[in-house]
Amino acid sequence: MRPFGDNPVALTVAKMAAVVVLMFSFVFVVMVPLYNVLCDALGINGKTSGVAYEAATIQVDESREITIQFIATNSDGMPWEFRPSQTMMKVNPGAVNDTVFLARNPLERDMVAQAIPSVSPARAAEYFHKTECFCFNNQPLDGLQSTEMPLQFIVDQDLPRDIRTITLSYTMFDITEMASDAIASR
Amino acid sequence: MGDHHHGPAKGLSRWLFATNHKDIGTMYLWFSFAMFLVGGAFAMIIRAELFQPGMQLIRPEFFNQMTTMHGLIMVFGAIMPAFVGLANWMIPMMIGAPDMALPRMNNWSFWILPPAFLLLLATMFMPGGGPAFGWTFYAPLSTTYAPPSVTFFIFGVHILGLSSIMGSINIVATVMNLRAPGMTYMKMPLFVWTWFITAYLLIAVMPVLAGAVTMMLMDIHFGTSFFSAAGGGDPVLFQHVFWFFGHPEVYIIILPAFGVVSQIIPAFARKPLFGYDSMVYATASIAFLSFIVWAHHMYTVGMPIAGELFFMYATMLIAVPTGVKVFNWITTMWRGAMTFETPMLFCIGFVVLFTIGGFTGLMLSIAPSDFQYHDSYFVVAHFHYVMVAGAVFSMTAAVYYWLPKWCGKMYNETMGKTHFWISFIGFNVTFFPQHFVGLAGMPRRIPDYALQFADFNMISSIGAFIYGASQLLFLYNVIATIVGGKPVSDEKVWEGAEGLEWTVPTPAPFHTFSTPPQVR
Ligand code: HEM
Ligand SMILES: [Cu+2]
Repeated sequence: MRPFGDNPVALTVAKMAAVVVLMFSFVFVVMVPLYNVLCDALGINGKTSGVAYEAATIQVDESREITIQFIATNSDGMPWEFRPSQTMMKVNPGAVNDTVFLARNPLERDMVAQAIPSVSPARAAEYFHKTECFCFNNQPLDGLQSTEMPLQFIVDQDLPRDIRTITLSYTMFDITEMASDAIASR
Repeated sequence: MGDHHHGPAKGLSRWLFATNHKDIGTMYLWFSFAMFLVGGAFAMIIRAELFQPGMQLIRPEFFNQMTTMHGLIMVFGAIMPAFVGLANWMIPMMIGAPDMALPRMNNWSFWILPPAFLLLLATMFMPGGGPAFGWTFYAPLSTTYAPPSVTFFIFGVHILGLSSIMGSINIVATVMNLRAPGMTYMKMPLFVWTWFITAYLLIAVMPVLAGAVTMMLMDIHFGTSFFSAAGGGDPVLFQHVFWFFGHPEVYIIILPAFGVVSQIIPAFARKPLFGYDSMVYATASIAFLSFIVWAHHMYTVGMPIAGELFFMYATMLIAVPTGVKVFNWITTMWRGAMTFETPMLFCIGFVVLFTIGGFTGLMLSIAPSDFQYHDSYFVVAHFHYVMVAGAVFSMTAAVYYWLPKWCGKMYNETMGKTHFWISFIGFNVTFFPQHFVGLAGMPRRIPDYALQFADFNMISSIGAFIYGASQLLFLYNVIATIVGGKPVSDEKVWEGAEGLEWTVPTPAPFHTFSTPPQVR
């Protein structure tokens, strides 16, 4: 039995409606995940990996020094004082480096924040490995408290030779509401 | 079958419950013209503010609402519904069908439009004002920093998307199933072909637009973070989704215009269209290519070099089928016995000015150059050449061409020609200088500008007022024709016109082709 009998118009409509449903789902189940996967895999968009890098044994490349610049920004409406402890570092590719970022919550209420990293030039993102980063987790901070947030990273020794400076910038977002919603819904 | 030949219902219910393709087409056309005037009024406000440097008339926040609403209304309220109206009127008559395949759905597609646009316009009176984030509504401007009215904007976009989807399904169903015997695909008039392909484009990308605004809605109200970096999302994703819809959208706007011009030029050149087959294939390849070029709107977001190159070459490729079309139109006119009635004038204006817009498009497609042109008035000039001199001119040509068939009366030719020349001059005075200020560095979407741009902006504004005023002449001419134009009764209003629509009586009766014609 044919579901649309002898009605070719209904068949056309059904096919077209199926395309509509397909394209609507395409946005959510293909475009969004594909975009994220591609950005992760290729390190494009200056996005660095959100998980700790498992250090393979890497040789330190003493022959060149890379300048790393640190930038800390607050997103709109974020009241924290947020800055790198040092704005610049010279590192050898392959070496493990440590630094800290400083944050203070000037308000009387407890807050939760999330730092989002971005690397420039975007091409360098896939060679910038973080073994430890405060951006991997959200950062709760009680009212009027300060904290030191650690960052440990390795610059890959395969970094293209024409890149001599890498800028790592963090933007700090206030996610107190989102975080408390998540806790409340648990 | 005598009972089928009843006339239209009387009074308001004729329109409210309309299922006749001609009535619905008429409503679409009037609605789109009303929106054209509203969007045009907003443009006049923009140009009045930009007449001189400095802030004179309106506040910057309101200026932003004006640019946003002007774009949204012109694209979704004026140009798109105008061509849907034309499709409703002409497709059944061109393929020898008695009506559209789904008359009741047709009624719905039209009647959900006016509420959607009322809602959109109403946002301007809500606290915080209407949308002020540009017609491209990039996140986070349209999410984190949007006025509260954005929720109504999103709802409005959902409704008009639904309307377009229903309209397109109707067109596909009509073309596939209701062609008269002997009307094979390769015999269909080009207007039908271009709309057939446009309808597929709409069905494919309108859901993507709906997806984009749905994600915005979820980010704003349901705590997701598709476009918010704080929660792990990415604002650049918005631009990818938007332009995956947006670039095919610009071809949705121009393909029916291509169709109209391909109908009218042969009629006044008194020669069959040159290269019919290549026109069909060019249309299809443009439609296909339009899916793989979207990121030419995003050269400056920091794409990898391979991406820049891919989108650059793909974009340049579109110029090839577009060039085929322009070539065919010119060759159709070549050594034709041409006369220059108003529809033909608008079509020639189209060919000349659209080609200029195509060339500036090619300039923009060169990624390294676009870093300078991007978000400048040069882009504004580009897309007004393709959308106003392209889509709007061809739509105007279509009205002059088919109006006598629709109402059985002839418009005033002198007034029509005057309308053309004022439009043509006004348009160029408005938009040609924008190329120069753009190249010199004037950014788009700003209420104030540096002093060195003052002269060209004043010229632009004067041109805009001229162009705007000429549209009132058009409105007057159309109304005067309907009310008291010189009656015409020839089936073939234009000596050189070809096609089934010219075989029915003039004015076209309420029901046409109740028995299908035989096409040889
Ligand atoms: C040869 C064909 C064309 C090419 C190569 C082309 C290329 C481009 C490029 C590269 C841009 C991006 C400029 C920038 O933002 O920096 C652009 C913008 C635009 N084009 Fe075209 N284009 C073509 C035809 C068309 C047509 C036929 C239409 C519509 C009828 C159109 C409508 C637009 C619009 C609306 C924008 C601006 C979007 C916005 O940012 O608001 N283009 N075009
Ligand atoms: Cu485009």
